[in-house]
Amino acid sequence: MKVLVTRLAACLVALGLAVPAWAEIEIEEVTSPGGIDAWLVEDHSIPFTALELRFRGGTSLDRPGKRGAVNLMTGLIEEGAGDMDAQAYARALESLAATFDYDAGDDSVSISARFLTENRDEVIDLLYTTLHQPRFDQDAVDRVRGQVISGLRSDAKDPNEIAGEAFSRMAYGDHPYGSDGRGTIESVTGLTRDDILTAHRDVLARDRLYVGAVGDITAEELGALLDRLLADLPAEGAPIPGKADVTIDGGVSIVEFDTPQSVALFGQKGIDRHDPDFFAAYILNHILGGGGFESRLMNEVREKRGLTYGVYSYLVPKDLASVYMGSVASGNDRIAEAIEVIREVWSRTAREGVTAEELEQAKTYLTGAYPLRFDGNGRIASIMVGMQMDDLPTDYIATRNDKVEAVTLDEVNRVARELLDPDGLHFTVVGKPTGLDG
Amino acid sequence: MIRSLARAAALAVTLPLAAAAQTDDVTTFTLDNGMEVVVVEDHRVPVVQHMVWYRAGSADEPIGSSGVAHFLEHLLFKATDDMEAGELSATVAANGGRDNAFTSYDYTAYFQRVAADRLGLMMEMEADRMRDIRLTEADIATERQVILEERNQRTENNPRALFGEQLNAAQYLNHRYGVPIIGWRHEMETLDMEDALSFYRTYYAPNNAILVVTGDVDPEEVRALAETHYGAIPANTDLPPRVRSQEPPQTAERRLTFRDARVAQPYLQRSYLAPERDSGDQKTAAALYLLAQLLGGGQTSYLNQKLQFDSNTVVYAGAFYRGTSLDDTTFDLIVVPAEGVSLQEAEEAMDRAVADFLSEGVNQEDLDRIKMQLRAEQIYERDDVDRIGNRYGRALASGLRVEDVQAWPELVQNVSGEQIIAAGRAALRPEVSVTGWLMRDEEVTQ
Repeated sequence: MKVLVTRLAACLVALGLAVPAWAEIEIEEVTSPGGIDAWLVEDHSIPFTALELRFRGGTSLDRPGKRGAVNLMTGLIEEGAGDMDAQAYARALESLAATFDYDAGDDSVSISARFLTENRDEVIDLLYTTLHQPRFDQDAVDRVRGQVISGLRSDAKDPNEIAGEAFSRMAYGDHPYGSDGRGTIESVTGLTRDDILTAHRDVLARDRLYVGAVGDITAEELGALLDRLLADLPAEGAPIPGKADVTIDGGVSIVEFDTPQSVALFGQKGIDRHDPDFFAAYILNHILGGGGFESRLMNEVREKRGLTYGVYSYLVPKDLASVYMGSVASGNDRIAEAIEVIREVWSRTAREGVTAEELEQAKTYLTGAYPLRFDGNGRIASIMVGMQMDDLPTDYIATRNDKVEAVTLDEVNRVARELLDPDGLHFTVVGKPTGLDG
Repeated sequence: MIRSLARAAALAVTLPLAAAAQTDDVTTFTLDNGMEVVVVEDHRVPVVQHMVWYRAGSADEPIGSSGVAHFLEHLLFKATDDMEAGELSATVAANGGRDNAFTSYDYTAYFQRVAADRLGLMMEMEADRMRDIRLTEADIATERQVILEERNQRTENNPRALFGEQLNAAQYLNHRYGVPIIGWRHEMETLDMEDALSFYRTYYAPNNAILVVTGDVDPEEVRALAETHYGAIPANTDLPPRVRSQEPPQTAERRLTFRDARVAQPYLQRSYLAPERDSGDQKTAAALYLLAQLLGGGQTSYLNQKLQFDSNTVVYAGAFYRGTSLDDTTFDLIVVPAEGVSLQEAEEAMDRAVADFLSEGVNQEDLDRIKMQLRAEQIYERDDVDRIGNRYGRALASGLRVEDVQAWPELVQNVSGEQIIAAGRAALRPEVSVTGWLMRDEEVTQ
């Protein structure tokens, strides 16, 4: 092993050398003539552009009794626009070899577009029609509603989905986060075309819009494109709901479900993205359960005991609430032991913190892995929009690793003591577990 | 709408030029010990993906040891003569990289994604575990539990996966593709040290491996590093020829029904035994690939048009063809019936639609649109060279050669509507098919 160790040492020293190369990702802040802000990375080596549009609010903007309206609306945007019905629209899009992907999440609705340089204007014309003149034809509403309900019905018998639903309901109660953004079979069945039109007006507005573009386009071209595409959107959308009260009590709850392997979601109160301790918590989580094969949880539950194929923990800092979650799956006769081991690792880490060596390894990984994220136009566009929504400056990419490096062992271990709450850690188990009391 | 269609037609003429102007930046060569090497360059970011593909997958396993290829994949993360258990992954992580591995019917592949200047270190470690793993009985016992939990997670907990296993087992009468990659549970439970080591000693050798490096690398440097690290490993002169039991003529239509209380959304899947891409002979496969696109490739595909849009019979229809395969593959159709539509009705509607498609012939506009998107894909793909590398790795591990991979896009462009219909008529025959219904437990067949 000697050879490798020597090599490794050399590599650790060399890590700094990687920095200048990826720091070359130069973000331009662009404001269109019409006043729309965007972040741009120009890269003319491949003749296409990735454009990411994100509207803050997401499915949390559903009106009372209309759960699932934003999600259904998002699914219907591509089902016909202007004088094109759904089929004609799909053919037009395919003919341009562009793709528009839509996603409705708890905190935002995103549109990820990818188009060739040679027909950019026509693609933008089509996307304009899509955003401003969606048809929401009744037959399309009914068809897509059927697809959503089919998915909901399947998920009602999927142990992972059942666990997620039960945990969210417990943690967030009546807040939108407490229920599935796709709605229930009952609520989706009741949605009307008017509800879809309302959701469209509520969500797609300029006061909550974030834009990122990467690829074969100049700042001037992007400015003109944004005005053409977005200037006609309404200035304001629906108000964003208030923060959620997170209620998580320690213990175990069991949802009986006849399946050979129990699925457990676990969680406790989390930490806000803007909290000064967030970086320390992020590193702590990497060591505890975020770091793949090397994490404490993976090591204890999988590598040493073979109790699972995978166990993970992750910080979930949403706009309106923060939790700290994890997941594991083990045979019904082994899940009790897996939970016991996770609890023990959780308390030990709270009590004793992490070691200087673990902290060093985590920092090396996190700083080394960061530049590897920026490896495609679409991905960079998405990251840039995420940064804007988190209120981060454009130079964050260049300074982020310094922030990771600056975290001390004392800080991580203080945060471990303050954040990790073994008594407040709740396990929601779906399956037929033996030896567990719910 | 008319305007954009006209423009699209003009575009169809201009695009091939744009596509032809670019190159993949692919370099290939072979080391003296028989290890093939593929390098795909992209110098935009200083990142590299390093992969080693072995021509050894679950279909190469001995009888009675199903799952051993995948089990061994897990065990390769344990100790070697030079590394402790877990050290390879830990070293990759300490260098900011990610590593993992995957197993399929025809191959097992290991990869790391890391800063480009760490390539030599990755090769050093990967070469080490090609010949020198050191397993303990404790590794075997613990990791066997892990793969059983993996089977629980992927298969036992998922009625769709259990259904797929049954369908596959019924499709293949004699070929090993009928056995699941992860293995049958009762055989996985008996896998031991000797099973793993015997598979390892037989198949893990440079003359049975393909090195694929993609990203910010210079092919000459890759060659030098590969010669240093992999070139030193002797070829396995006892490597057995890759001969498997082949399918006899299939002469009986098969049907099965899988019932499970956990099924919420019943659906129907039909698979047909179908020819795969063969080296120097990929035309039928190219036609079947386009057939899958035309029949069930998306919103505008024929099955969706007829069954989803025109008649509201299904909520989803899809067609799939996995052409990259060493031996006979399958062509698959899936339909998910709409509320109130029975599986019987959905199946009849699907059969009518397929028959109509074959008798009406291919709509040239639809075919042109698909071909145009495939040309555009060659531009978009340059943004993701790892994907290009994966395609080479999978192809070379599945009996194809570099020339076949490079000839494929043009072959696809040259397929005519008539050829697609002919390939469809030859492939979609009841006697080579299995039709499966996935149903709720309480439902009764009509």
